[in-house]
Amino acid sequence: MIATLVADVPRRGLVLLLLLLAALVAAPLLVNDYLLTVLILILYFAYAGQAWNIMMGFAGQLSLGHALYVGLGAYTAAALFFHFGLSPWISLPLALAVSGLVGAIMGLLAFRFGVAGVYFAILTIAVAEFARIGFDHWSWVGGSAGLFVPVANYTQNDLWTLRGSPRMFYYVILALTVLALLVCRLLLKSRAGYYWQAIREDEDAARALGVNTFRYKMYAVVLSAAMTSLAGIFFAFYYNNLFPEQVFTIGRSIELILGPIIGGLGTLIGPIVGAFLITGLAEALHEAMLRIGIDVPGAKQVFYGVCLLVVVMALPHGVWPPLRRLLGLDPKTSGKGKA
Amino acid sequence: MPAEIYLNVAVNGLLTGLVYGLMALGLSVIFGVVRVVNFAHGEMMALAMYATVAAFTSLGLDPFLMLVPVAAALFVLGYALQAGVINPFINRPEHSQFMLLVAVAIILVNIQLIVFGPDARSVQTSYSFDSFQIGKLIVDASKVYAAATALLIAGALFAFFRFTILGKAIRACADNYAGALVVGLDVKRLYALTFGIGAACVGAAGVMLSLVIDVTPSLGPAYTLLAFVIVITGGLGSMPGALLGGVLVGLTEALAGLFYTPSAKGMFAFGLLVLVLLFRPQGILGKKLG
Repeated sequence: MIATLVADVPRRGLVLLLLLLAALVAAPLLVNDYLLTVLILILYFAYAGQAWNIMMGFAGQLSLGHALYVGLGAYTAAALFFHFGLSPWISLPLALAVSGLVGAIMGLLAFRFGVAGVYFAILTIAVAEFARIGFDHWSWVGGSAGLFVPVANYTQNDLWTLRGSPRMFYYVILALTVLALLVCRLLLKSRAGYYWQAIREDEDAARALGVNTFRYKMYAVVLSAAMTSLAGIFFAFYYNNLFPEQVFTIGRSIELILGPIIGGLGTLIGPIVGAFLITGLAEALHEAMLRIGIDVPGAKQVFYGVCLLVVVMALPHGVWPPLRRLLGLDPKTSGKGKA
Repeated sequence: MPAEIYLNVAVNGLLTGLVYGLMALGLSVIFGVVRVVNFAHGEMMALAMYATVAAFTSLGLDPFLMLVPVAAALFVLGYALQAGVINPFINRPEHSQFMLLVAVAIILVNIQLIVFGPDARSVQTSYSFDSFQIGKLIVDASKVYAAATALLIAGALFAFFRFTILGKAIRACADNYAGALVVGLDVKRLYALTFGIGAACVGAAGVMLSLVIDVTPSLGPAYTLLAFVIVITGGLGSMPGALLGGVLVGLTEALAGLFYTPSAKGMFAFGLLVLVLLFRPQGILGKKLG
């Protein structure tokens, strides 16, 4: 397995990646509290972007409603903790199952009935909106008044109930991000990964070659949904409050997909680079504006929009592919004559 | 509940639905010809509504006077958007175009938030609280005016595409891209014109809708989705379908508000969308998907 993980990764790339990891592990000792929260946000988007990338980047199925799975994971774990005091680690399988099931139902309906492309994207938004309004009217999970995760022992790090300091949350999300990168690498190099890429490039051709496109698209949706709901659990316990208006909104879904699109669709490092770029720049902008003394809600989002516009227009494959070339990590130039 | 309540609610839903139909018509025209999904549709409409409200509150201009100027301004915006930003993307993958318009939508909605703030704004005309009474039926006057205007504009648009040379040229681009190029049509200019016409439609719809509902920045994304629901229900690319879908969604929303709770009305509209996508993905009046 380790051989598959590192096979034909340029040594320089591996070294750079390990250096980055070492820097991230050491970061909480070096940075202040504010920067730590920014780093948590970056890693959160890197993780969630990686999960979304399975569906769109690998298998070519555009989901614009991934906030749905974040929300499902968040609400499952938070509601069970709130009502029964269940640890998020116990709720975890249930949260994954709920999200996977919802993803499966949506995939089943869409792929069986031939809903594809733009229609599929709109279906994903519609289901997320449906969930938003549904949760707004579901009083067991707080309805539109919100669900609040109790914050009893904030002074003490408790990994079992995920109650603790930002530093603990930082290491949790860092571990998740590393795990997601490894899982995605293995997936991409597996049979399913190659089938997904075939489907992404030309679905009819893939089917003609005997790929069960329905089954593999289903795998992508279910996996992506389940992985995304894990981000949701983190979200719930890190922020301690959940409002349907904020959790399921289309804005959240868009925020989530900016990283992989700006970083580079279908690449493994793209979602991470994208998350660093977009969140880092947005926070820097926010900070700079505070310094000048203007605090306008919406300015950050205008910035997101402009970034997205510029990247989609100027760098259709995202930032990472050209950056990779710049770093001399291109598989074509650094490979050892392997086809 | 007495029967006339149902009838009242249904008629009001139907009238609002016609304005929705005009909004969706814009989206449908753009998709039908340019094959680009205008993800910034609701945001454009909110822009038109803000322009109407601003003209009314600062200059005292009646929304009906603003109909032509706002539609013209939106036409220019749509034309510029297609000519400047989208035309170079005609041959890019679908999701790439989609993301482009998502970016435009994000920018538009947040500029509205920065300029106008998060509070709801509305137009209070001298006829805001007028109503017509026909037997036991009571109908909002503003809604009647708005729906009648929407129908009129939709009719004019049908006539334009049916009978004018320009309308025929645009339809030619929609029917056969290569063929249109071969007979010497300036397809890119026609695309820009089409996007402009679609934007003008949604601009006019926005002016009319400002008589009926308050405008907030969050209205944009909500109405983008609603416009999608309507055109997909009616049939993406079908003009009568957009009007029919608008009426259906208007009715669904109104009746859901009556039977369940107004805040959940969107859920029923999305439920309608899911049903249509599953059982008739081309929409009620849409042509079979190729």
